[in-house]
Amino acid sequence: MGSPEPSSPHGGGGSGGGNGRRCPFRAAGGRLGAAFGILQEGIESSRRQLLIEAFVSAGRVDNITMVMGLHPQYLSSFWKTQYLLLRMDGPLPYHKRHYIAIMAAARHQCTYLVGLHMGEFLQAGGNPAWLQGLHCAPQKLRNLNEINKLLAHRPWLITKEHIEALLKTGEHSWSLAELVQALVLLTHYHSLASFVFGCGINPEAGQDGGHGCRPPSPHSDSSPTAEDSTGCSGGRDAVREVEALMERMQLLRDSQREEEGVTQEEMATRFEMEKTESLLVAPSDVTEHALQSGVLCFVEDPEFGYKDFTRRGEQAPPTFRAQDYTWEDHGFSLINRLYPDVGQLLDEKFQVVYNLTYNTIAMHCGVDTSMLRRAIWNYVHCVFGIRYDDYDYGEVNQLLERSLKVYIKTVACYPEKTTKRMYAQFWRHFKHSEKVHVNLLLLEARLQAALLYALRAVTRYMT
Amino acid sequence: MGAAWLGAWPEEWAWPGEGAWLDTALSSLSVAPEGAGLSGSGRGVGRRGLRGSCSRRGCGTRGDGRLRGVNPWYQVSFGLSASHAVDANPEHPGAVPTPGPALAEGTRGGRWGLDAACGAASLRARSQRVDPAPRTAMEKMARVSTALGGNTLTGRTMFCHLDAPANAISVCRDAAQVVVAGRNIFKIYSIEEEQFVEKLNLRVGRKPSLNFSCADVVWHQMDENLLATAATNGVVVTWNLGKPSRNKQDQLFTEHKRTVNKVCFHPTEVYMLLSGSQDGYMKCFDLRKKDSVSTFSGQSESVRDVQFSIRDYFTFAATFENGNVQLWDIRRPDRYERMFTAHNGPVFCCDWHPEDRGWLATGGRDKMVKVWDMNTTRAKEIYCVQTIASVARVKWRPECKHHIATCSMMVDHNIYVWDVRRPFIPSAMFEEHKDVTTGIVWRHLHDPYFLLSGSKDSTLYQHIFKDASQPIDRANPEGLCYSLYGDLAFAAKESLISSDSNRKPYIGDRRHPIFFKRKLDPTEQFEYISSSSALSVFETDVESGSMDWFVHTAKQYALAGRPLAELCDHNAKVAKGLDRNQVAQTWTMLRIIYSSLGTVSSTNLNHSMGKGSTTLPLMNSFNLKDIPSGLGSESRLDRSKGESRTENILMDSSSTLINNEDNEETEGSDVPADYLLGDVEADEDDLYMMDHENPHAEEQEYSLPQEAFPLRHEIVDNPSALDHLQDKADSPHVSGNEAETVSLTPVESFSLISISHSLYENRLPSDFFNPIVRDTLLFYAEQGDVQTAVSVLIVLGDRIRKEIDEQTQEHWYTSYIDLLQRFQLWNISNEVIKLSTCRAINCLNQASTTLHINCSNCKRPMSNRGWICDRCRQCASMCAVCHHVVKGLFVWCQGCSHGGHLQHIMKWLETSSHCPAGCGHLCEYT
Repeated sequence: MGSPEPSSPHGGGGSGGGNGRRCPFRAAGGRLGAAFGILQEGIESSRRQLLIEAFVSAGRVDNITMVMGLHPQYLSSFWKTQYLLLRMDGPLPYHKRHYIAIMAAARHQCTYLVGLHMGEFLQAGGNPAWLQGLHCAPQKLRNLNEINKLLAHRPWLITKEHIEALLKTGEHSWSLAELVQALVLLTHYHSLASFVFGCGINPEAGQDGGHGCRPPSPHSDSSPTAEDSTGCSGGRDAVREVEALMERMQLLRDSQREEEGVTQEEMATRFEMEKTESLLVAPSDVTEHALQSGVLCFVEDPEFGYKDFTRRGEQAPPTFRAQDYTWEDHGFSLINRLYPDVGQLLDEKFQVVYNLTYNTIAMHCGVDTSMLRRAIWNYVHCVFGIRYDDYDYGEVNQLLERSLKVYIKTVACYPEKTTKRMYAQFWRHFKHSEKVHVNLLLLEARLQAALLYALRAVTRYMT
Repeated sequence: MGAAWLGAWPEEWAWPGEGAWLDTALSSLSVAPEGAGLSGSGRGVGRRGLRGSCSRRGCGTRGDGRLRGVNPWYQVSFGLSASHAVDANPEHPGAVPTPGPALAEGTRGGRWGLDAACGAASLRARSQRVDPAPRTAMEKMARVSTALGGNTLTGRTMFCHLDAPANAISVCRDAAQVVVAGRNIFKIYSIEEEQFVEKLNLRVGRKPSLNFSCADVVWHQMDENLLATAATNGVVVTWNLGKPSRNKQDQLFTEHKRTVNKVCFHPTEVYMLLSGSQDGYMKCFDLRKKDSVSTFSGQSESVRDVQFSIRDYFTFAATFENGNVQLWDIRRPDRYERMFTAHNGPVFCCDWHPEDRGWLATGGRDKMVKVWDMNTTRAKEIYCVQTIASVARVKWRPECKHHIATCSMMVDHNIYVWDVRRPFIPSAMFEEHKDVTTGIVWRHLHDPYFLLSGSKDSTLYQHIFKDASQPIDRANPEGLCYSLYGDLAFAAKESLISSDSNRKPYIGDRRHPIFFKRKLDPTEQFEYISSSSALSVFETDVESGSMDWFVHTAKQYALAGRPLAELCDHNAKVAKGLDRNQVAQTWTMLRIIYSSLGTVSSTNLNHSMGKGSTTLPLMNSFNLKDIPSGLGSESRLDRSKGESRTENILMDSSSTLINNEDNEETEGSDVPADYLLGDVEADEDDLYMMDHENPHAEEQEYSLPQEAFPLRHEIVDNPSALDHLQDKADSPHVSGNEAETVSLTPVESFSLISISHSLYENRLPSDFFNPIVRDTLLFYAEQGDVQTAVSVLIVLGDRIRKEIDEQTQEHWYTSYIDLLQRFQLWNISNEVIKLSTCRAINCLNQASTTLHINCSNCKRPMSNRGWICDRCRQCASMCAVCHHVVKGLFVWCQGCSHGGHLQHIMKWLETSSHCPAGCGHLCEYT
């Protein structure tokens, strides 16, 4: 398999990790060889099959695939969708698809994805001149910049006027089908960038700036803290955290049967509280992020970023009620009409990720994790202003510890600011694969949120 | 939206596997305006009346021998190989065109025959029916009233603005009030004559709670004070309008964990309420109790709809997001009674038929509305309507057994009323809403004319059925489509086609439900458009599916032995005779391209050839003598004798000479002699009259008579023939005098002659068109018509050979030969092999040339090379005259069984009548 060399001495990578910091991936990186060993032994035959498939169709197994391979069921769904988006029949020419991917990834300064797709872009016969920067790309693609910016950072600001502007007949206008594909591509790569940063995926050896791959360990018995020599007291703390979480889940399950006295007003305020609180969980230890010049050429208005829409009530759009525009009913129907096959695949992907579970929590087995998963999913949506009427956001508070919230918020909203410490700090006793699972939920929830905003704008444009 | 349906209608006729090759067929199809007469039918256009099928030809065909697929405005007449069709349908002798009544009826104009079968509909309804087109505003506003037992519904199409988008609506039992519920609205309106009047706002409180955020609302059909709503936060709320306080909220059930999608009252039980939620559970509540009575787990995600069966007291249906429908018995919460997968993707809604208790309609995200017959052990899909968007709601129309109203979840804002038996076009359509319709409800249980709807565009509408738009008015009522096999299907309203008595008997026989005639139901007001249509399939050529054209073409094509121009003409004619116009056209083009080029070189060739010939005088005289006098060639010779007579003779003989020398040229004998020389000649005459100063043109005529006498086939060793061919610089087949052929075809205009002369002869190199011709051949080969490719290749010979690479040529040849052999056209395949210029193909003839001989005495195979049998030590088949072994033709007397060399026996019997063997038999040789 054309895989990158495992492990390299460089621990830093693109996500701004400090020197003295202990990197959770480090140990895992060393075990990559073991992972391959397992692969070759055919123990995880389905995963292996998938990776082979991916390798055959793409000519490489990138690190994203490797990491996602921890959850084969999801990987196959993800792969099918990405394959359709990039390589199957669609309204957009192949090289433009890759260019759009570059534009999307560049918004989050994800050098990894930008590099990957620069290569793909050239392979698809794209004009190398475009790679000098957005200003060299055709006007039509540059027109996409505005919506790219909004989708990446503040999707709730997208209105039907934005759609209208792109579709307005003229020399550089988009067709509706093209636009929908572009929207899916953009959201796909925005959230994929989240995943890349969230899991600390680095460029591969063959790539520019490649440092080798350090995916989290697939080993079932390992947990970061187990190797992390943070001392046994830390380890014990971590174990206690897991137990506490289990207890709280049980408590919530029990309380649900009794608790009926919560007034609706209270429910509403809980959501608002969660939203406002999400402001406070913004990463505190963020050093001003150095913008990377290599990627910057694909970005206009780089200062534009995620902004909490509730802050000080300024330009606060009404909360998006999930029930008014759901993916299952509305989003799917629209996308299936405009870009047929992808609707089905996205639907499948959302379902897979939403229902994915191994019924384990850290060292516990046979646990119903649906509550936890739903909390993560809804929290991501909450961060983007989507509210479920039938969800008690108090649960989020109960189930998601603060460090996890910080992590989720960072990865979903400004993934480029993710640090290894954040990754290490939440769920200290959990397996890497479980943390990747969280990232998958994050990826898809973010994708769906952005898509819902975008599709709602398209729907409004159409009516 | 209308356009979408217009598009949908003709699909009814679409053939499976569209994309036929119709190049020739289309070119001969003509559409004549009305009144042009039934030109097609008289010629016996192949046809079969086929009714009730949109599937492939052959289903339910029934020859009634009549081309009566005549619609009022156009009739389609087409002569696709008419002769074949006649051959193929000898069983339909009654092909008599009867233009009378059908045309007469059709000519009435653009409206369907409305009064034809109105039945017992009321007079008022009838007057609406007669002309819906010039509907005026006045009419639209006209009030409609319907008698419903004691009370009468009246009203008009009207609407009112709501404050917020509606999610659902429901009507009170007395049809006088409607409740509208949405996220931010919960109001009751009374339906007055002219308008909606807000009666009550149930959304009270300064900061209304989420309990008011309704996903669904339902009004009890027995107790008009009782309402139930499903809230998006998972609460089921009941409301009692009889409460004196401002807040009418009665009971609160907070048992569901997720959004409740649907609530439903039991049709006959006052206190029974059912709910279906996103959490996958259905709960049954007794309104007298605080908690649910029973919980049903669908074992799957999200319940989208629950509906009590109207007739079955205990049964309810639930639809799920995963596409399943479950039937439950209210008494058995542990397990569903039945489950089946109804749709691909979520099933958003369902509705039990109000009369027919076994029928359940479901609508899904897959854009389908399906009607299930639940009476059988397995749910059977009996109707399916394909819409253009996800189906959000379905509601059976009261009093109309087959009608159902639907609205969409997304994109499409209209409300449709379908006749499920006619799934391709809605029978009525309401287009008032500007955003998606979220709730539809028939105003009264027994009144089919009033429909209420709520929408995301914040309006509440009352639709009156007579104001509905009828997509069928805008649809093209005739369908016309070609099948893969060149058959033509034509469908039109039945009455236009079948008004004569001969056709009637077949109406009863309907195997396919799509086209049917319906007895008009007087209660169905808008039934005036009979949805019965007749489909006729005209089989252009029964044999078109078989490859008869191929066999005919193979047999009739002339590939060699005549001048190029003639070959082309002949082949064009053959192709045209088989209705392969494109191929015919190609041949004609080839003639024009190649026979006007390269004059100089070919003439030179002829001179040189002619010089060395010794047999020239003989052949020449032979030729001239054999020309039929009726052809008038003599006279033409006279006319032209002034300057070019000798040359003409020379030329002609040389071409004959070539034929004799070269075995490749002798295949003219295969060509049927019925080539219409007369026609051609006559035209030539005309031409010559005007074209005296063009002597070259006359050279042509001498090559024509060649075909009048079959030339003897010579056996020549093949490889040498190949070399032979290649030695010759130009065309191996033809003398060079085809140069002027252009001017000789009947179809050519006079002016073309001069153009072709001045243009091509001097300026364009002979291979100028080669790339085009090459592309043509490649095109044909790719189309699967390798026959044409190979034939052209052979006829053009060296002119084109170098343009196409050897391998391709070889591939074509082998394909064609293979085809020929499959059709057992051995001779033709052999001819092709011989004519081919590919060495690999030529070699085919030299394989397996061994002849196995048995001894005439002992009947054993002769293993030896000699002619003496190993076993009986005798010479086989000795000549009775010379006593040598006969190695060639052996002639024997059937009386005494003696014989010998043909010539010896001939000679012998000239002088003697007895057997040469001396057996005393009196042999006869005739």
